[in-house]
Amino acid sequence: MLDKALMLTGLLGGALIGLAATVYLLATGRVAGVSGVVAGALGEREARGERIAFLAGLVGAGLVAAAVSSPATANPTPTAVLIVAGVLVGFGTRVGGGCTSGHGLCGISRLSIASLVATATFIATGAATVAIANLFVTRPTP
Amino acid sequence: MNRRQLGALAAGGLFGVGLVVSGMTDPRNVIGFLDFSGRWNPSLIAVMAGAVAVHASLLALLARTAGGRGARLLPPRSTRIDRPLIVGSALFGVGWGLSGYCPGPAIVSLGFGARTAFAFAAAMIVGIIAGGLVPRRRAGCEAP
Repeated sequence: MLDKALMLTGLLGGALIGLAATVYLLATGRVAGVSGVVAGALGEREARGERIAFLAGLVGAGLVAAAVSSPATANPTPTAVLIVAGVLVGFGTRVGGGCTSGHGLCGISRLSIASLVATATFIATGAATVAIANLFVTRPTP
Repeated sequence: MNRRQLGALAAGGLFGVGLVVSGMTDPRNVIGFLDFSGRWNPSLIAVMAGAVAVHASLLALLARTAGGRGARLLPPRSTRIDRPLIVGSALFGVGWGLSGYCPGPAIVSLGFGARTAFAFAAAMIVGIIAGGLVPRRRAGCEAP
């Protein structure tokens, strides 16, 4: 059940993400929370270029990954559900002040209790959502 | 492009590569983590552990360097646990569980050219704008 290779690449990829968040903080003085960067790029004139540059780096990484390997690209979720999910993710992260990176990574790294509570909350409602969705869809085992 | 923007671009690239390497851009790994029905995929824990270990260590190192000058780099952090934090995070979790996408992997997936990611990202932007119209917390872990 425990896929050791996936755990190892997870640890390695995670280390790169932790390094990247530090580079962003050093370069800009701001927290590398992706939802916050998107909101800032949309809504604030100040330092918009830096935020757009960070997002361009994310998209660029996807472009390179698709060029040199064949990452799993398509999301199996129906498009209508994806649109509802997208609105919930955008709205929820804006109101809650962070996502998996802002609260989960940056907040917990700084021992923020609020971020820990936020992370526990979105994991709990995410798991509940998957449990309910499992009643309606059968997922192929990866 | 100035130095801050170059640094941000490099950080975004590195962040994205980390997401791809860790398997977090594959929504099946994320939904697998949230699925406790007997085929649980714990790899997201390894990703978080690796990321927090490196980031927290580097932050601790920074805070100690240059006579505490490094510590001033850190934006203030909020310790308040309020209604927007809980309600927003709860709604985010529902969207995350429905799609297996959180903002970072969704944006990297735009680079894959995944049509599904474009639909998700467009909807996410609508949600972000709507979220700006109600009482909310500041982004990241900044003070409210």
